[in-house]
Amino acid sequence: MIRVRNLSMSIHGVPVLRELSFDIARGEVFGLVGESGSGKSMTALALMRLLPDGSTVTGSAKLGEVDLMTGSEARICAIRGSRIGMIFQEPMTALNPVQTIGDQVAETLVIHGRTGRAEALRAARARLDRVGLPAAEFPLSRFPHELSGGQRQRVCIAMAIALRPDLLIADEPTTALDVSTQAQILDLLKGLVEEERMGLMLITHDLAVVAGMADRLAVMQKGEVVEQGATEDLFRNMRHPYTRQLFEASGHRPAQTAQAAGSGLLEVDKAVRDYSRRGRGLIRPAAPFRAVNRVSFEIGRGESLGLVGESGCGKSTLTRAILGLEPLQGGTITLDGERIQAGRAMPAHMRRKMQIVFQDPYGSFNPRWKVGHLVAEPFHLSDRPVDIAARVADALREVGLAPEDAQKYIHEFSGGQRQRIAIARALIMRPELIVLDEAVSALDVRVRAQILDLLADLRAAHGLAYLFISHDLNVVRAITDRVLVMKAGEIVEQGATETVLAAPSHPYTQQLIAASPVIPAQWRDEGGQHGRPLV
Amino acid sequence: MLRFAATRLLSLTLSLVAASLVIFTVIQVVPGDPASFMLGMNAQPETVAALREDLGLNAPLSARYLDWVGGMLSGDFGRSYTYRVPVAELIRDRLWVSLPLAVYALILSTVIAFPVGLIAAARRGKPADFTIMGATQLGIAVPNFWFAMLLVLFFAVNLRWFSAGGFPGWEAGLLPALKALTLPAVALALPQASILARVMRSALIETLGQDYIRTARAKGLNRRQALIRHALRNALIPVLTIIGLQFSFLLAGAIIIENVFYLPGLGRLIFQGITQRDLIVVESVVMLLVFAVIVVTFLVDIAYAVVDPRLRHRR
Repeated sequence: MIRVRNLSMSIHGVPVLRELSFDIARGEVFGLVGESGSGKSMTALALMRLLPDGSTVTGSAKLGEVDLMTGSEARICAIRGSRIGMIFQEPMTALNPVQTIGDQVAETLVIHGRTGRAEALRAARARLDRVGLPAAEFPLSRFPHELSGGQRQRVCIAMAIALRPDLLIADEPTTALDVSTQAQILDLLKGLVEEERMGLMLITHDLAVVAGMADRLAVMQKGEVVEQGATEDLFRNMRHPYTRQLFEASGHRPAQTAQAAGSGLLEVDKAVRDYSRRGRGLIRPAAPFRAVNRVSFEIGRGESLGLVGESGCGKSTLTRAILGLEPLQGGTITLDGERIQAGRAMPAHMRRKMQIVFQDPYGSFNPRWKVGHLVAEPFHLSDRPVDIAARVADALREVGLAPEDAQKYIHEFSGGQRQRIAIARALIMRPELIVLDEAVSALDVRVRAQILDLLADLRAAHGLAYLFISHDLNVVRAITDRVLVMKAGEIVEQGATETVLAAPSHPYTQQLIAASPVIPAQWRDEGGQHGRPLV
Repeated sequence: MLRFAATRLLSLTLSLVAASLVIFTVIQVVPGDPASFMLGMNAQPETVAALREDLGLNAPLSARYLDWVGGMLSGDFGRSYTYRVPVAELIRDRLWVSLPLAVYALILSTVIAFPVGLIAAARRGKPADFTIMGATQLGIAVPNFWFAMLLVLFFAVNLRWFSAGGFPGWEAGLLPALKALTLPAVALALPQASILARVMRSALIETLGQDYIRTARAKGLNRRQALIRHALRNALIPVLTIIGLQFSFLLAGAIIIENVFYLPGLGRLIFQGITQRDLIVVESVVMLLVFAVIVVTFLVDIAYAVVDPRLRHRR
């Protein structure tokens, strides 16, 4: 149905796509995998002819008889949204905040001149029902800000399939969602492909996602398709070394020497965190929202503890309480025998014992500071040591960077390097506990594997304890000794990571594990030596 | 939405009370005694004292404040020291010039700025954009009184389309009155339109980079449709802010233009009031302007909430 031949593209003379050729048939799911910067999204935008300024394209991409690369802009506009639909990675920002969801879905129909507004709204209603947003809870008059990420992604899907396109392009449609929501959205997409006989081009960096979804698969590296074929066959054989690297990195587990957990370092005892809610009346206050409900656990010295759960389960709130950024409404948290109190009451010597690494390697640095300054920042908690430059150099060396990097600015580094800098910043105070809040979630698999190795090495070298927060069970399995499963503000299950993940006892944990996409075990076993069991 | 409006209304009232206190206090500490100013340098102290008594300047401060505020609430702004007529009448006459002039100028400025800003944003980086950006730069840089004089020279002196100044009054008919306000309104609108067009352009360009514009394009909207249907409304918040500020400025800040065109407006009234120590006039006009600014701010707040549904749910 869509036939791409020798498609190349360059932006201001820099090649970004090289000689791509592939076909997607009706009713087929075609997976496109690769790391960030490999050209996956550019391929999608090229097919939509939504190219950045200054780009030139050669080759052809034919949808039926129309060449998408040479058709007039008006003709392509008539195809976009009607014969090719597209959904994007970030559902939180993909919808117009000032228009109702009904209007936005109906617009697809109106803009292609198929119907009048009233009829379009009726059709929009039917499409929203189809994507799992029933009228009772999700009237057409809802605005995007009233919906969660998963619900917004459903609206985007309804918009993209409103005219029953031949091809749906989904660019990392579930990357921003947690596992349970991801499973539901993938399910929905699969159902739509079968029901409507559309082709689906599924772009993702997650091999396990495509393994469960795609009929055929192409692996991209540096703007080129290095390998493509039927999914199962490709996984079993993995002819190209890059495919194998990706695969190995996605299941990578750093070699860890089992560490006996030392005495208690952090103790959380029946912690309660309430948020006040806005009342319905002017005066009457509403019952507070309990984000963390009587949570108790302990982290021993040198122990690595995982904390998993869906977004909104209270992980971040709990983290903020542990860091002393927010007060508790009940219970206590003690670090090394001293009680943590929020605000100015928390003395510097306690803050020094705990450091944090955040998820977003791009947003968590001041862009106007040099790296040396950034890494040395925690020293405001203590007297400035005289050998500050030497300490910064040590910290950078420890995370695998060069001491000269201290003179550079943060924009000169890649995402993985930035995360190394964030770790250096956490390390420089010689803390006992590092909180890693989704610290590897934004990274590509190969970079993620390197950072996990680095974390394991640092832990062995310094006897660090980690509180590792993640929604990715694979990563939690790779780096933690024990795991806590959190749901709706409560710890529903805890225990040794291997035990919990292999034999979950709580239904919610079972559900989480079932929702995590996996590469079928037999594809690997016969394929040979590489590969480790994923979750 | 109602709740949002109610809380805004409350803050409006509090601002007015605070403003009236500040204005009253400031007027009290300004040097210059209206009574001695009115009677001239050679007046007898007894006469000045009698006049002070007569004007009510000897009453305690709190009584005078309450008297002033209470009067304003019932439409009585007191009596001008110099004109010897009720201040309310003075203000009413002047307001009938200044308010239409401000509205006229604001409409002109908005009508010019919207399409110009839209074109510049749609043609970003192209010759049309450069031309518009250059022209608006000029529009901001040129002093408006000088531009006003050019307008007079060209349209009044050479072409004789308009009169060079003065105001016939509304009783002369709608058209002649509007005609008399046209050149001043154009002179006032030009810099405002230039600023507004630039704000509009940058707000639109920022919005055009948002993810939902890409979504709209993926739905099959062409560039223009995406700009009008999705970018415009999202870009309105900063534009509304500027429009609100401009209205307040136009109402009070037209002193120079009013002088160039011999228009009996509020700006001239307050200027005269200050030079003649007619404190009751100054007090009242300033209070009126503050009232206008606060009401406009309130209306802009409400407009925000109309434009952006996310704001309706905030307090």
